[in-house]
Amino acid sequence: MKKIRTLMTGAVATVLTAFATTSALADITIGVSISLTGPTSALGIPTKNGIALWPKEIAGEKLNVIMLDDATDPTTAVKNTRKFINEDKVDIIVGSVATPVAAAMSDVAAEGQTVQLMLSPVNLPEGRGAWSFRMPQSTAVMAIPIVEHWKKVGVKTYGFLGYSDAYGEAWLKDITPLAEKAGIKQITVERFARTDTSVTGQALKLMSANPDAVLVVASGSGAAMPHKGLVERGYPKAKIYQTHGAATMDLIRVGGADVEGSFVSSGPAVVADKLPASNASKELGMRYISEFEKANGKGSANQFGAHAYDVVIVLQKAVPIALKKGKPGTKEFRAGLKEAFETMGRTPVSQGVLNWTATDHFGYTPETGVLLKVANGDWQVVQ
Amino acid sequence: MDASIVGILMLDGATNGAVYALLALAIVLVFAVTRVIFIPQGEFVAYGALTLALLQLGRVPGTVWLLVALALLAALLDAAQRVRRGLPLPQVIAAALKSLVVPALIVAVTLWAAPRKLPLVVQSLLTLAIVTPLGPLVYRLAYEKLADATVLVLLIVSVGVHFALTGLGLVFFGAEGFRNPSFWDARFSAGALSLSGQTIIIFLVSIALIVALFLFFERTLRGKALRATAVNRLGARLMGISTSGAGHLSFGLAAFIGALSGLLIGPATTMFYDSGFLIGLKGFVAAIFGGLASYPAAALGAIFVGLLESFGSFWASAFKEVIVFTVIIPVLLWRSFQHGHADEEE
Repeated sequence: MKKIRTLMTGAVATVLTAFATTSALADITIGVSISLTGPTSALGIPTKNGIALWPKEIAGEKLNVIMLDDATDPTTAVKNTRKFINEDKVDIIVGSVATPVAAAMSDVAAEGQTVQLMLSPVNLPEGRGAWSFRMPQSTAVMAIPIVEHWKKVGVKTYGFLGYSDAYGEAWLKDITPLAEKAGIKQITVERFARTDTSVTGQALKLMSANPDAVLVVASGSGAAMPHKGLVERGYPKAKIYQTHGAATMDLIRVGGADVEGSFVSSGPAVVADKLPASNASKELGMRYISEFEKANGKGSANQFGAHAYDVVIVLQKAVPIALKKGKPGTKEFRAGLKEAFETMGRTPVSQGVLNWTATDHFGYTPETGVLLKVANGDWQVVQ
Repeated sequence: MDASIVGILMLDGATNGAVYALLALAIVLVFAVTRVIFIPQGEFVAYGALTLALLQLGRVPGTVWLLVALALLAALLDAAQRVRRGLPLPQVIAAALKSLVVPALIVAVTLWAAPRKLPLVVQSLLTLAIVTPLGPLVYRLAYEKLADATVLVLLIVSVGVHFALTGLGLVFFGAEGFRNPSFWDARFSAGALSLSGQTIIIFLVSIALIVALFLFFERTLRGKALRATAVNRLGARLMGISTSGAGHLSFGLAAFIGALSGLLIGPATTMFYDSGFLIGLKGFVAAIFGGLASYPAAALGAIFVGLLESFGSFWASAFKEVIVFTVIIPVLLWRSFQHGHADEEE
């Protein structure tokens, strides 16, 4: 009998110690909800590959990552976020890659007082998204190199040919005032959808307006069809500008000779090796490319993986500050993270230079964007 | 807007319309014979275009493995059915093996041909051989047991099949798009109009297929059997026509037409795993013009949809799809005034 009792006490003690150690170790838990299926899986899958590069620990604390698929569905993403907050007690929420999905998550994150690192440049109305920070650059920042280049080459008028969705809308909203300020007139706005079979109508309309430059707003391989459509109608390649959504090798793969000589706005990471040494993101970008391509094959590095990679760079700076406020898993730690993000100042990441403040949760500085030119089936940095 | 712009827009609209016409014909055919509103028609377009794209890259397309999986499943189901009917086991096994010969052959040829990067025409034929058998298999697995269900139930099944095929498309082809090489690179220009070889091929193939379908329905016994099934299922069965066989045949034709449309449209645009849906839906709008019953009206409707889309994208590109799909409403109104409400729904 006595023996059994000792055994039991022993067992209870072991269980107790097990509990004690988990709370004492208090790993940092990150809940990731991204679109591995559905319409934006093209962004979600490379993001997942970027997350695979995350280290085992940050600032001496073990890192737990819980990854869920939101199927590009805001409802699922909200469900995931609630699970992260209520069941998994995560310290940080990451995701999603789709704009409407990430926007839906932000309310839940704010309600649960947990920081959300969005992998999509979401525009939220005033007063919402107090706990949400963006990893990708805002379209306003990425429009800067394009408008600067237009000023330099003397473009006076431009046409807009963009997705009829949130991405197209965001670009239209951001480039219009920027160009206006530079004295460049927008003379026609045309729309298309990724799965359209032809843009002949839009291309003809643009041709008859004959602007000095055309801005194509689309993403990935979807950016090639309108580009080819314009070239087919005889619009000069060197006057076509693409956005950072198109800054992947897929544009060159599908577009072939027709995209040669055209311009693309981009974050620095994907072209890190071609940047001048003075660029703050060069070294981080090079590191990202070599790690990502080691895991996923040559030529696979892209901006989506880079945003995921940057999450860790940001956390490496913010976590030590937040640890002074409280242990991971506590409310204090989460509040500490938010405060650290807002006060830690200039932070170079592989995709530019971040400077989040309490009022600006986009935070990229104007030096972030790079203008690329397609030359011989590769990118070339336009100085 | 001058004459040359009108010309270019009309040519563009007619080219897309020719492809929609093919799909509309397939949708009408499937509906007439099996009463299935075949929403996944567009998926075969994407499967056709993307299977060819992967063969171009020298990779084995995932559609081959789908073919294997579906064929095995169908063979198992057939075998179970035969055993339950009390047929001797060796006979059951022989029948199952016999049904697997063709899929096995296609897989073997694909595995052999994929890394060799054969000429485009050979790869296109192979693509048709891979995608076409998917049609009857989908019918066998998803619809055959429900052949006597209401149109609504069949429509719901179609939605399910559509989602399943789109999801599988993402697995097979990835999320990024592909553009196939042109079958014929020549360009002919007449004034402002420039006609590419691909456009000519689209028109020629569309016309050839429509003529072939016409001859098939008018001159061959199997075609007549399909028509008989379309007119009256029970009567056809009493005359010794297998309605299940008619279902298999019509789905086979639908998959063939879908894959062919994919091959035609693949060089003209970037195809994604989910591109097919919208293309198929426009074929469906065209089919509505013919009340899901008349082939010539569906073909004309398709050209009209193509033109509407092309001019819509010129005048108000942001509302292009709205314009195309809103057209259904007046057409439905007109049809219901013309014919009253006498649709046969048993």
